[in-house]
Amino acid sequence: MSDLKSTGQQTADAPTPEDALHEAASLDAREAAHAPGGKAAGPVLAADGTPLKRSLARALRRQKMRALALIAPLLIFVLLTFIAPIADMLFRSVENQIVSETLPETVVALKDWDSEGGVPPADPVFAALYVDLFIAEAQKLHTRLGTRLNYEKTGVSSLFRKTGRRVGRFDTDTYTDQITALDPSWEDPATWVAMMESDANRAALPFTARSWDRWTAYQLSEGDDPAKEDIEDVLFTTLYLDLRETGGTGAADARIAQIAAAVGDFDTVSLSEQFADADKDWLDPEVWGTIKAFAPNYTPGYFLNSVDMQKTPHGIEARPENQQIYMKLFKRTIFMSMVITLSCIMLGYPVAWILANLPTRTANLLMILVLLPFWTSLLVRTSAWKVMLQQQGVINDTLVWLGIVGDADRLVMINNQFGTIVAMTHILLPFMILPLYSVMQTIQPTYLRAAKSLGATNWTAFWRVYFPQSVPGIGAGSVLVCILSIGYYITPEIVGGTTGTFISNRIAYHISSSLNWGLAAALGSILLAAVMLLYWVYDKIVGIDNVKLG
Amino acid sequence: MADTSSNDAFVEFERVQKSYDGETLVVKDLNLTMPKGEFLTMLGPSGSGKTTCLMMLAGFETATHGEIKLDGRPINNIPPHKRGIGMVFQNYALFPHMTINENLSFPLEVRKIGKSDREAKVKRALDMVEMGAFGGRRPAQLSGGQQQRIALARALVFEPELVLMDEPLGALDKQLREKMQFEITDLAHRLGITVVYVTHDQTEALTMSDRVAVFDDGRIQQIAPPDELYESPQNSFVAQFIGENNTLEGTVKELSDKLALVQLDDGEVIDCMPVNVNAVGERTKVSIRPERVEFQKDRLKEGAHLLKATVKEFIYMGDVFRTRLSVAGNDDFIIKSRNAPDQVRLKPGEQIEIGWLPEDCRALDA
Repeated sequence: MSDLKSTGQQTADAPTPEDALHEAASLDAREAAHAPGGKAAGPVLAADGTPLKRSLARALRRQKMRALALIAPLLIFVLLTFIAPIADMLFRSVENQIVSETLPETVVALKDWDSEGGVPPADPVFAALYVDLFIAEAQKLHTRLGTRLNYEKTGVSSLFRKTGRRVGRFDTDTYTDQITALDPSWEDPATWVAMMESDANRAALPFTARSWDRWTAYQLSEGDDPAKEDIEDVLFTTLYLDLRETGGTGAADARIAQIAAAVGDFDTVSLSEQFADADKDWLDPEVWGTIKAFAPNYTPGYFLNSVDMQKTPHGIEARPENQQIYMKLFKRTIFMSMVITLSCIMLGYPVAWILANLPTRTANLLMILVLLPFWTSLLVRTSAWKVMLQQQGVINDTLVWLGIVGDADRLVMINNQFGTIVAMTHILLPFMILPLYSVMQTIQPTYLRAAKSLGATNWTAFWRVYFPQSVPGIGAGSVLVCILSIGYYITPEIVGGTTGTFISNRIAYHISSSLNWGLAAALGSILLAAVMLLYWVYDKIVGIDNVKLG
Repeated sequence: MADTSSNDAFVEFERVQKSYDGETLVVKDLNLTMPKGEFLTMLGPSGSGKTTCLMMLAGFETATHGEIKLDGRPINNIPPHKRGIGMVFQNYALFPHMTINENLSFPLEVRKIGKSDREAKVKRALDMVEMGAFGGRRPAQLSGGQQQRIALARALVFEPELVLMDEPLGALDKQLREKMQFEITDLAHRLGITVVYVTHDQTEALTMSDRVAVFDDGRIQQIAPPDELYESPQNSFVAQFIGENNTLEGTVKELSDKLALVQLDDGEVIDCMPVNVNAVGERTKVSIRPERVEFQKDRLKEGAHLLKATVKEFIYMGDVFRTRLSVAGNDDFIIKSRNAPDQVRLKPGEQIEIGWLPEDCRALDA
């Protein structure tokens, strides 16, 4: 009979945490006042004389430990599967050790080269590159590096591959021949092993020693014995370069002095010519500038890339107009997410209203209809939209049949932004309706009646009394929908075509096709930051306390 | 229910019926007339139709049949917001997202009253309920009693001539409720407004109202000032519902204008005042208030019929003694006696004789 739903609790009478605080504060004050002898109150003691604080902490510890043990599985799961990958991803977006690890000699040698000078570096740099590339080629690492640097300058990948094939056949055997002609024992790898054990020899031949160490380390890792493998041309080259540089003074091995004495009359090979012979791009200072620019272990390059800029030998500059895509994609992603959120509000609000105001039985029945999309596969739903929206699809066929649209000019509703917005609004609608519904359920119908009895029209009563109280639901729904749609991938991939795809599709492309994980990580990090920014802005405007999910 | 239709009728229900499902009537043939300035309470058990009547008056429910008039004007087709009726809801329905001031100026804003006027009226209304200092707070920061006052002020701030109150004190504790009862009646009389008040609490109804309409089964069982309602209930429902009441069942033996002899089911005969019996031989329920039963012979009239009674239980209640007796097969016969120095305290098991003045014992419908 009483058709006014009885209210729940009277919030004003219910104790709140704040009350407890006030109470605690007043208790403290009273205790202070009652302190014996009016002295400054010391710590309150428990019955057994220990400070009350400590015995309380002890009493609570067991409880805390038990609570912690209960959540531990989830905590570990989240740490391992969520936090750690995200941290790894964030790290990847700036990590750039590949250059300094693959080309250690070159990176050091390039330090003094001026990338603004417009001339390629001098021969010693080419010598360093020769050693680095020779070892990298053996380890098959040079193509990886080529791919990495190709992100920054096109053509580097093929340059490295091409040179890698040639680096073993450089004319540096000239040195090998001349040295072994002086003393054939140089051909015996065992003598090299013995020579490199002496610190004095190593000090006399620093470049050779470093190259020897890297080379033998590689051989050992391959399971070969350095004492039995032929000595490569590259080591004779470094030996020649070292001797011409230092003269071999201080070396313990007499053979070294013998070569050092003859080195001045050797026929020489220009390594820069050898490289230029392999690929004339090696004379392009831009290539060297790129190597130098990306030599540090950490680089902002991926992030610059993500915002359509690039790090060049001459500093940071915008990418050429025709290569700028990411800012456009970011803007499109944000814009479309907003449109989707708005359409979800417009469509979901009336539905939630009806659900909240129907008798429970009917409301539950309709709720199933709202939840039904949750229970069908995302792919099925998205594919269904393909069937609906395509030019030979259900909607177009119907429109043509009704004569609204001519057969020749069927509407283009898919593989564009429209298709993505329609399909994603449909998919995300439940995320808007559910929080709205649960908030609206708590708004008593009495409020509307009260407003009307006070003289408000239906619209005023809704707008001034009902709507403000439903704002927390709108807020919760919008945060959910907006954040979900910003990162959505499958649906735009299927119905988005080229104009309706999101930044997440680009990330997926870099993860699985171009394998540029660093860029994918940088894009992902920016996306994460954007979502957090949205959340922050939302908190400033609406207040996260006002978000109610139920 | 005499048709008291007159020219000064302010609120009128004429043959009003209401059904929600098309099968049963929640309100059956309601006729009611209220003069201006009256404080009328609709009292009844839940499901008796009283809140439905209130909602029809407020405009939130439409009458299935019949006419409701306000100040001589039929209002059946006027939407609630144009009726200009103030209303206080059971749970106050203060808008939680507005401050007290905003709550109070809401009805003035929708009436397009200017800002300075609005502020003056809000201040006056708040002062009226002694809540002037709370204008800047939100409803959730007030106690139940304070919210109640604000709800009252909000219903009055736009100066309606008719104010409806739907169990407004239901959520308050007893002490606060009693205080607010007084304040509401005082305010209503001071402002000269007409009030329709719905409650299921009979004490509230009796203490506050000019007239009380007792509802049951979709009908007004009796509408009368509180004293008349208590002392002269027209039927056994009203007798039972208002105050404490003893009921004895029997058959009418003799019937005259002023006196009916009723033979109780155990053969005893008692004198009664015929109220709702029409013929000899009819079944009747006899109603006697506990405080009107006498067990000291010297206080009874000569020749009054006496009944034998056995004391079952004696309860000391401070100001009164409440004694439960077994009378004529009824084990729940209660008598109340004032705690005076010479008052007799009965003991369980004691055999006594009880009687009463015939006019206090009313023969009602069975």
